[in-house]
Amino acid sequence: MTSPVQAGILSADRGHERRFGVRHHLMCFRGIVFREGLRFLNQRERFISSLVRPLLWLFVFAAGFRQVLGVSIIPPYKTYVLYEVYITPGLCGMILLFSGMQSSLSMVYDREMGNMRTLLVSPFPRWFLLVSKLLAGVTVSILQVYVFLAIAWFWGVKPPVMGYLFVLPALFLAGVMLCALGMLLSSMIKQLENFAGVMNFVIFPMYFASSALYPLWRIQEASPLLHKICLANPFTYAVELVRFALYGQIDWYSLWIVVGCILLFLGGAIYAYDPSKGLLSRKQDGGGNT
Amino acid sequence: MLGQLSCLSGALVLAVAVATPASAYMVYVSNEKDNTVTVVDSDTMEVVKTIDVGQRPRGITISHDGKFVYLCASDDDTIEIIDTATHEIVGSLPSGPDPELFVLSPDGKTLYVANEDDNLVTVIDLESKSVVAEVPVGVEPEGMGISLDGKTMVNTSETTNMAHFIDTATNEITHNVLVDSRPRFAEFKPDNSEVWVSSEIGGTVSVIDNESREIKQKISFEIPGLRSEAIQPVGVRITADGKKAYVALGPANRVAVVNTETYEVEKYVLVGQRVWQLAFTPDQKTIISTNGVSNDITFIDVETDEPVQSVTVGALPWGVVVSPQ
Repeated sequence: MTSPVQAGILSADRGHERRFGVRHHLMCFRGIVFREGLRFLNQRERFISSLVRPLLWLFVFAAGFRQVLGVSIIPPYKTYVLYEVYITPGLCGMILLFSGMQSSLSMVYDREMGNMRTLLVSPFPRWFLLVSKLLAGVTVSILQVYVFLAIAWFWGVKPPVMGYLFVLPALFLAGVMLCALGMLLSSMIKQLENFAGVMNFVIFPMYFASSALYPLWRIQEASPLLHKICLANPFTYAVELVRFALYGQIDWYSLWIVVGCILLFLGGAIYAYDPSKGLLSRKQDGGGNT
Repeated sequence: MLGQLSCLSGALVLAVAVATPASAYMVYVSNEKDNTVTVVDSDTMEVVKTIDVGQRPRGITISHDGKFVYLCASDDDTIEIIDTATHEIVGSLPSGPDPELFVLSPDGKTLYVANEDDNLVTVIDLESKSVVAEVPVGVEPEGMGISLDGKTMVNTSETTNMAHFIDTATNEITHNVLVDSRPRFAEFKPDNSEVWVSSEIGGTVSVIDNESREIKQKISFEIPGLRSEAIQPVGVRITADGKKAYVALGPANRVAVVNTETYEVEKYVLVGQRVWQLAFTPDQKTIISTNGVSNDITFIDVETDEPVQSVTVGALPWGVVVSPQ
């Protein structure tokens, strides 16, 4: 059921939609990106912590496992690589995953604090607001990835120079996919405290049950069931897309799966955040925090 | 329209001419386990041909004109001659029993062969295809190196742990130098000032002064995360300008890049498993390693010391040589 207020907003939305031009949309988009950037800059510990996590994996975990896991040639690599080289695209994925989830789940916080209402009552279409918010989050996470890749370069992880350029669209797509997933999840979470649950039930399983840490052939050797789970995990394809792009190649299979997942998750999030249809309204009717 | 087309085709021809590398060498790899020699194009880095040869092929070298590949077929007690134009075996040489490794004299006329089982170095005249001399050396001879002037030849004996300096004029040992355990390979510096001898079990490379015939430096290797037992130096190659040496480190799966002036290891290049022998391309832009356990060879860029590509060859690749043209 839609409340009278929401219905009013909705009709106001629709009424104003036609009157706004590209300039207004850009102004709104800039405002959302600016807010996200400002929030990120004001929370330096968030920036540092987002880098510390993958760097610890690179410096400590990868160094320890270097000899244990051995080496092998799998595409896109043409020769043997050290474990830290293998794990780097996975760690880029990790940054996108954590950052994307965090950015999207901050919407739960916004909802609790009332900022969300300010955003959603704006006369711009709901999908536009959500996509703007999502792109703002992705931009910030891509910046984080590039800082990480720069540090990794000094650690001896040196993909071809052009790879740094080719990886940008892959990072963008992977980032959008993960942010959209986070957004979809955020529509289902009532309180920020539930973020821990998301960490344990979504982020960690997605990260570990993927090709981020081990090649899929090795996982298949260890457990055929885990291999199947990895294949069903969209994060695997995000990592592989980034891995191939970093070496100037396109993994078409991963690309299509990532694009498909973007459409699915983003469509789901837009639907869920639509007050007339989505889960948000149902929760609010049930006495959720707004 | 026609003019445009001809311009375009001219540009295309030029582009193709520019894109086609001036030098594509043939890389010959002896595969110890499956009794084959794999031929790889150094430009495309693809296998061109696999040649069936005698049993347990190990040492491999090529005539200076590039027409014939000489191959130690250890278990057949012979050296096979492969025609590089037809890739067929066209003859053999009397090598003595169990030939393992050999070296061709700089004038291309004489082959010095280490006979592992009967502690001899056999000297073969290539023109007459006959044994000219047999030089008794230590137990289990293997490594063979020759000075660029062709006057001195060095053989290493695995069990005696010695580098034997042999005068090629008299075919007699002039000096014996004790090195670390299981010496595998000997390589002269291009200016003949030093001989580098690798010791597999000792884990070192001894740099022997060619004047005094004494060890002037011992190079050891350290790779973080690897046990010292896993570092077993085998093949050694020094660049033509004498500035860098490459040492294959066996089960450490790495090739060490050593500065020949400071004797410091500058880099460890990751290659396949159990790296054994090395060979430069004649333009010195690439060095190729044979990786026995992973059944492949790795192309390493000499300028950057980065591995470029690994190519699967036959089973247990052992020796490698590159055609001169």
